[in-house]
Amino acid sequence: MPIKTEQFYLNVGPQHPSTHGVFRLRLSLDGEVVTDVEPIVGYLHRGIEKLAETRTYTQIIPLTDRLDYLASMTDNVAYCMAVEKLAGIKVPERAEYIRIIFSELMRVSSHMMAVGFYLNDCGAFFTPVLYMWREREKILDLFDMVCGQRLLYNYMRVGGVSQDLPDEFMPAIKKFVAEMPRYIGEYNQLIKQNEIFLARSKGVGILPRETAINIGASGPVLRASGVKWDIRKMDPYSIYDRFDFEIPTGEAGDCYDRYWVRMQEMTQSLRIIEQAMSQMPAKGPVCADVPQFFRPPAGETYGYIEAPKGNLGFYIVSDGSIAPYRLHIYPPTLINITALKDMVIGWKVADLIIIFGSMDVVLGEIDR
Amino acid sequence: MTLLDQFQLMLKSLGWPDWAVYLTPAIVGILIIIIFVLTVVIVFIWWERRLISRFQIRLGPNRCGPEGILQPIATAIKILLKEDIVPEKADKLIHFVAPIIVFVPILLIFAVIPFGAGAILVDLNVGIIYVIAISSISVIGIFMAAWASGNKYSYISGMRSIAQMVSYEIPVVLSLVGVALVAGSFSMLKIVEAQSIPFILLQPLGFLIFFLGSLAEMNRSPFDLLEADSEIVAGYHIEYSGMKFAMFYLGEYGVALAYSCIITTLFLSGWQGPLLPPIIWILIKVMLVFSVIVWIRSTLPRFRVDQLMAFAWKAMLPMAVINLVIIAIEVLLIPASLQWVMLILNFGFAGALILLWSKLFTLGGGRVEV
Amino acid sequence: MKFEHYGIGIVKGMALTFKHLFRSPITVQYPDEKLNISRRTRGNELVWFPDKCTGCGTCTKACLQGNIILATHRGEESKFIVDKFEVDTGRCIFCGLCVESCPYNALAMGVNYECAKYRRADLVMSKEKLAVSDSHKPSAYYRPQFDGQLPEQSLLLYDRDEGGQKLKFLPLSKRKRGPGA
Repeated sequence: MPIKTEQFYLNVGPQHPSTHGVFRLRLSLDGEVVTDVEPIVGYLHRGIEKLAETRTYTQIIPLTDRLDYLASMTDNVAYCMAVEKLAGIKVPERAEYIRIIFSELMRVSSHMMAVGFYLNDCGAFFTPVLYMWREREKILDLFDMVCGQRLLYNYMRVGGVSQDLPDEFMPAIKKFVAEMPRYIGEYNQLIKQNEIFLARSKGVGILPRETAINIGASGPVLRASGVKWDIRKMDPYSIYDRFDFEIPTGEAGDCYDRYWVRMQEMTQSLRIIEQAMSQMPAKGPVCADVPQFFRPPAGETYGYIEAPKGNLGFYIVSDGSIAPYRLHIYPPTLINITALKDMVIGWKVADLIIIFGSMDVVLGEIDR
Repeated sequence: MTLLDQFQLMLKSLGWPDWAVYLTPAIVGILIIIIFVLTVVIVFIWWERRLISRFQIRLGPNRCGPEGILQPIATAIKILLKEDIVPEKADKLIHFVAPIIVFVPILLIFAVIPFGAGAILVDLNVGIIYVIAISSISVIGIFMAAWASGNKYSYISGMRSIAQMVSYEIPVVLSLVGVALVAGSFSMLKIVEAQSIPFILLQPLGFLIFFLGSLAEMNRSPFDLLEADSEIVAGYHIEYSGMKFAMFYLGEYGVALAYSCIITTLFLSGWQGPLLPPIIWILIKVMLVFSVIVWIRSTLPRFRVDQLMAFAWKAMLPMAVINLVIIAIEVLLIPASLQWVMLILNFGFAGALILLWSKLFTLGGGRVEV
Repeated sequence: MKFEHYGIGIVKGMALTFKHLFRSPITVQYPDEKLNISRRTRGNELVWFPDKCTGCGTCTKACLQGNIILATHRGEESKFIVDKFEVDTGRCIFCGLCVESCPYNALAMGVNYECAKYRRADLVMSKEKLAVSDSHKPSAYYRPQFDGQLPEQSLLLYDRDEGGQKLKFLPLSKRKRGPGA
């Protein structure tokens, strides 16, 4: 005879150590098993799209920094590419290579942060976080050397980048790229075969292939479900067609696959950086000549790139004046979260935190 | 004859009245133990924070006092000065009593731990059973704290706590019976004296089961679901602040000290060692066991509750029973002078059993269909 | 959960953690030891060069928040004399767009980062506080002419005796008693 139980509601509130930002979930629980989940967003809304209607095209770049604040370079690149597509501006060669180097460094840094905090949610008390942050410090020092800030860079401009690389940059990044594979090997030694970690994440939170395609997921979440879709290969933007790299995919679409896809992508990014460093022209202009109050022709466009979290897109409608008429941002994480209900129902509270951590959410993007 | 018994005889021969002869050694002993426990707990808090920082390539607290030794005292003063908040929906009496029930049994355990040849507060001839019985009382305290807080997060934690702590008692007790069989008595003094070869070498499987079981009893990683920081935000002591929280905090390190002392006594041959005085050996061994506990905490993620239960019932309990049977047969067959034979046989059995269990069984469920 | 690797995975992880006991920690004990920050830092301040500024107001139009307040009057030879040049550093996001847009190189970012004040009103910098001086140096962000005046950045990639941040070996803790944080 089944035992009569009662559902109770738990509010995993905006202030919680593991929601990676201010994110609220209303759960209905039956014992420890989750029966319903309702995400409530909007606690970090700052009105970036509305603010953009009264700022010039160059002034919007610091605003786009604050979308996915852990991967600002790629946000800047996406926006600048959308504006260049609208106005038909050609970016000089050296600037393209610099953009690619920084986008891939940003990908490494963002994935390290994601994996580190995913393990923190699993319960390893900050040790993987601190090991990965030691390497992330090296990357942030490189960014600091070039543009003066460590988190919100404001480095890309419409038509190129804002300043050229200093002389001490190339030896430093060569040393970094040479040392990094050894540290990635260490991370794998710590985590990859750990039985407790495997027990917590293998087979947990499976996102089937069809569901992932139907909801429009992108980024490592989609690739872990077995779909080989990466915009850098499918619809190459900038000069990605000149580089030779692979796209890692997973098979089962569980949390372990999402973690492993991110680790492999870090290795592939280092390959791209090495090739870019050797192919880059040694001298040249780093920005096309674009005036301060720049007026693109009237029209609309959609520019998108492969950001570390997925497919980040900017839709710009311009009416020929110095500020856009409408700017809309397509955030990858918001679309990925729509799968939360399918992935979480039937698992326990502990698994909910793990699944949410493996999807690598940044609230700045979701709430804009 | 323990040291306190000798002290009692000396007082009697000095002509003191009967009640003084009875009470004075007891009070002296109790005071020594309380001072010892509180001092070493403070040293443990400092040592854990410094050691975990070294594993994480950073420095720990090093500002308060030389090398940060006064940091736990600063923490204690800060906690004492905080306001004592009791939530409105909490059950006031139980909320008040729960920290006491958690903390006091830990001090009681130290009555039967030997710190030297004969240096024990009271030499019960059922020493081990007393230890197990008393340490189970803290479980009730934790559940009372969780239930009486009136908070859904601590309610989840309370449900998990009963399941976890009750199920891990059984393998722990079974492995202790193995120790008692080889030593021939339950009394802690006699167990230490029987360890010419330390029992960690004679019964590796028993040691492993006892160690993992005691990690679960202490709510430490990887079994620290009761206060899983990332899931249920501090679990059963969410609604506590001020002195009551200090009792939980000290109690956590106190129970770590208690179990380290028990492991040292039962498996690492207590105070015996070549050159140094016995109390120094005890401190070295206790620090070593605690360092291993901290090392495990800094590396491993935590289990989920159903995996934890499956691990206890499906893996540790059968292995503990098989271990007990093997040891019983060995004690019957092997004479006392050939104990090293037991060593070889036991290592072989331990390896074989671990391999067998890794191949055979699967824990933890998949998705529950709702 | 299956113990696929007979517990070896756990042992490998613990061996790695144990190896880290013998590496030196990378903590920088801040008030006693300070690292050299980047030469192009966007810092926490703005630096204004009064002799180069012509009062054109390009920086006020470039600022996305509208933080810069400029008031001038016409002097002799129809040049502008700057009466008031105020920047509210409490609202400033230090993006550097004003520095990039100045056509006369009269603005630069600053190198100080310890600029905390007790009152919010003290964060509004008037032109005397913003002017360049010995305690208020410019950084090389978008102004490569100041590159030579600033020390090289200490990177974590290099060891400490090469001017980097990484220590070779550090016993328990090495610090001098500073004046307190």
